[in-house]
Amino acid sequence: MRIGVVTFPGSLDDGDAARAARIAGADVVRLWHGDPDLHGVDAVVLPGGFSYGDALRCGAIARFAPVMETIVDAARGGLPVLGICNGFQILCEAHLLPGALTRNQHLHFRNRDQFLRVESTDTAWTNNFTGGQEILIPVKNGEGCFVADERTLDQLEAEGRVVARYIRGNPNGSQRDIAAITNEAGNVVGIMPHPEHAVEQLTGPSLDGLGFFTSVLRALAGSTAGAQAGGHQ
Amino acid sequence: MTTQPDTSAAPKQTGFAATDVLVNEFDGGPDTVQRASGTPEELQPHTELGLKDDEYDRIRQILGRRPTASELAMYSIMWSEHCSYKSSKVHLRQFGDKAPQGTRMLAGIGENAGVVQISDDLAVTFKVESHNHPSFVEPYQGAATGVGGIVRDILAMGARPIAVMDPLRFGAADHPDTARVLPGVVAGIGGYGNCLGLPNIGGEIVFDPTYQGNPLVNALSIGVLPVERLQHKEAAGVGNVVVLLGARTGRDGIGGVSVLASATFDEGAEQRRPSVQVGDPFMEKLLIESCLELYDAGLVAGIQDLGGAGLTCALTETAAAAGTGMRVWLERVPLREASMSPTEILASESQERMLLIVTPENLERVLAVAEKWGVWATAIGEVTPAGDDGSPGRLVITWNDHVVVDVPPGSLADDGPVYARPIREPADLILLQADKAETLPRPSTGDELRETVLRMIASPNLCDKSWVTEQYDRYVLGNTVLAQPEDSGVLRIDENTGLGVALSVDGNGRFARLDPYEGAKLALAEAYRNVGVTGAEPVAVTDCLNFGSPEDPAVMWQFAEAVRGLADGCQQLGTPVTGGNVSFYNQTGAAAIHPTPVVGVLGVFDDVARRIPMGFPAATGEGDLIFLLGETSCELSGSEWAWVTHGHLGGRPPKVDLEAERRLAMLMARASQSGHVSAAHDLSDGGLAQALVESCLRRNVGAKVALPDDGQSAFVHLFSESAGRALVAVPRGHDKAFVALAAEYGVPCAALGATSAEAVLDVRDQFTLPLDEARTAYEATLPALFGGVAELANRHGDPEHAADPTAPASPDRGDEVLVAAASGAAMESAAPVEADGIPAASVAEVKEPSPNGDAPTA
Repeated sequence: MRIGVVTFPGSLDDGDAARAARIAGADVVRLWHGDPDLHGVDAVVLPGGFSYGDALRCGAIARFAPVMETIVDAARGGLPVLGICNGFQILCEAHLLPGALTRNQHLHFRNRDQFLRVESTDTAWTNNFTGGQEILIPVKNGEGCFVADERTLDQLEAEGRVVARYIRGNPNGSQRDIAAITNEAGNVVGIMPHPEHAVEQLTGPSLDGLGFFTSVLRALAGSTAGAQAGGHQ
Repeated sequence: MTTQPDTSAAPKQTGFAATDVLVNEFDGGPDTVQRASGTPEELQPHTELGLKDDEYDRIRQILGRRPTASELAMYSIMWSEHCSYKSSKVHLRQFGDKAPQGTRMLAGIGENAGVVQISDDLAVTFKVESHNHPSFVEPYQGAATGVGGIVRDILAMGARPIAVMDPLRFGAADHPDTARVLPGVVAGIGGYGNCLGLPNIGGEIVFDPTYQGNPLVNALSIGVLPVERLQHKEAAGVGNVVVLLGARTGRDGIGGVSVLASATFDEGAEQRRPSVQVGDPFMEKLLIESCLELYDAGLVAGIQDLGGAGLTCALTETAAAAGTGMRVWLERVPLREASMSPTEILASESQERMLLIVTPENLERVLAVAEKWGVWATAIGEVTPAGDDGSPGRLVITWNDHVVVDVPPGSLADDGPVYARPIREPADLILLQADKAETLPRPSTGDELRETVLRMIASPNLCDKSWVTEQYDRYVLGNTVLAQPEDSGVLRIDENTGLGVALSVDGNGRFARLDPYEGAKLALAEAYRNVGVTGAEPVAVTDCLNFGSPEDPAVMWQFAEAVRGLADGCQQLGTPVTGGNVSFYNQTGAAAIHPTPVVGVLGVFDDVARRIPMGFPAATGEGDLIFLLGETSCELSGSEWAWVTHGHLGGRPPKVDLEAERRLAMLMARASQSGHVSAAHDLSDGGLAQALVESCLRRNVGAKVALPDDGQSAFVHLFSESAGRALVAVPRGHDKAFVALAAEYGVPCAALGATSAEAVLDVRDQFTLPLDEARTAYEATLPALFGGVAELANRHGDPEHAADPTAPASPDRGDEVLVAAASGAAMESAAPVEADGIPAASVAEVKEPSPNGDAPTA
């Protein structure tokens, strides 16, 4: 399975996302923001960082990168896409996910080891977890406060599209403690904490982040025939 | 010859500049060499630029005429204390003279940063530098560009920067100005380092009134490079092209090193704000990636970063290092403001710029790499030959065909003035040393000791620093094995072999005030010990020497003593000083700061998996055994206890035995190889009591201990700050082997007790302290002092810059900040506060989510 990791100017956790995908057993393909070709990858990770220096708004410029035009089309066709931190912000700006990530309520960048509860295992990126499972992965952001209007929030809850929630403390003031959400089809997931930083005993607080990457490999293995027939670029 | 994503913008730059010849501040054009020769008597503002009369006379002598305005600016910059080390040079030579032989150093003092080989094919480069003055004037940008500057030094050596650390010193924690400076400094370090993608893995946060008007903001960076990628700054190869890479040049930072960093503060420091640079970490990230791609493609013949002293420094140093000349066309420099004069272009300290020397045939490829990353790259000059008679070449700079500079580059870079300044022991030192803390009233009963422990762990210097360190990304790049609050930052360097490094940076201004020679050694000993207790082998040193005015003989004596102490210490430990920085003039008015040598020590792991963390591991069964290593004497002078409980500073600092430190580090390295130690924590500020509390709280594991029965009182055992000590946890079954090993290395080893599943710190016959109670005391201090400032500042409008004093200055802005700070201080006693529509509950809720049990990072 080939997982593509996009590098925008200002991407920072791209190498870490690539390492995590590799540890999970994937072949990693590095994708460049200016190249619309996805090089036949089976899934895409939009990594954390400060794409384009967060100019204008986090993710607002990245959304218009040539590679994103292809990714948006492919995601609508079912390509699994995981947006982490800045990647989540880009997915919201690209309207693949609803809502927005705003400045942390306490106005500080915050980096800590954060407990989450996995609320939905029906996505391409969380099917290897069990429902309600509590996991520990680092959070680190300055603009990670998830907001949406009440109707959207209610809809996300009703459709089981809240993928993970902050527990034992909300690090940024996100509405309804939302840490991760998915689209209607469950192939696109945006998450504010960083699973790619919890994949090795030596460097992470746990190995819980690995589940996101093994999940997509499992999802892809289960849908190989369909994917080939569909041919998502 | 300029590339930029929007290439149409490039030619406009020179177009604008050309039209400005007639509308600048000079009468009829710039001050040219020709004009200078014809107007020898014209008065020049050399004093305002920081040059002494005799220094000015020497410039005239070198040039055989008066300098042009641009030349005068360049000499004032390069001969400033900051660039020329004119007061410190005669002392710093000891680092070379006393350097231990047979070390792994590939590049040392005089380079942008020292380089140390750590395996057959890999090397690391690291250096600590000061950004004190800019950070006081403009905390956010001052601190941010401090990070940016040190990272470019690392980059210039051919390395990929892989981490930063920040030793910080502020005035009293509850002083209103600290509430202005600290949040800005922390936000600046975080804002820059986080956006650059560099983990912040450690540092220090110290409060002391001595730093009230002169906070110390030091920044350390470390990078890694394949040995063969080591870069040099020489502008070698006649005919090679001089390329300016990175951000465009603006008016920021003019006078930064000559006026700001090389003079004493007085009234009106805020008027120097324009002398502080403004950082753009996004540009620096692109600059890093472009340079690394250029190195790997072998396209760089020479490289130098532009930091303090900007283009002036980069041009003269690269040319002087090679002995060549250089011809520069200044109008080719891409500008932010087209109306800049040649003098301003040469003096600008605009950030995120590098100077490259490339061969003509590689120029197109270099420009293409810059264009890929969206970075400006402009050919601004070429390397010219040395004189026919073998004399060094000349640096000739024109601006729209006017020759504004024609100088021998070596006269700027190497031949600056050198002073053997008068030194005299401070008149008050004898009295100060006679006023010992060992005679102060002490707590004696168990209850008194318990209260003292609680008071100490809640004091600003000993309390939990998460409020600060949570604003830094410690995970990015995925190689952080240990980060603050651990004793050292530990990084994995090679994923395949497990090769890694440990880094610690320490200093103690109080000890150095009492005895600068011993104080410098103590700083070295502490950093060395911090690296040693993780199991790493300490190999090299960097230093940042923060002192008052060198024109004060008492300060100069402190400096001379500290350098001598550090050089002697490094010689004894076999760890060479690879580079560093001197920061003088840290004083406001007549009051100098405590002499503050800050020392960074680098250690190496053959396999980083054997690193030893500081927290006691979760207790299973009977728990791990706890031992105290080293010898405890009654040493309280200069201690945190004397300061916190008596506001006392006097006496002599603890004795330092570097041979004992060396044996302790060797023992820990050996023990980590055999898995004999599950946790280790060095003893320093606050002594054993602090180390016990921190080791327990790290993973919420209790400990039951009994203090050694050796004649010393319980109080001395708990609060003495004797050097050369560490607290270790040893898994049962390993204790006999460990004790034997300690004996083999001659390290005193006393059994204290064991870790416990019960979450209490129990000191037999003295007191019992539940960890919850300790945690509350330990964690509440900084949020109470600084937690409210950002929320309150937010009321003034712009949430983007609430904790960021870089917002456009308005006449009453200073007052606003003070109002916010004062309110913040008030919150200490009355939190949570309901402030202007922010419900108390929501402030508290967002500010302090419940702790998650302080999950360890490893």
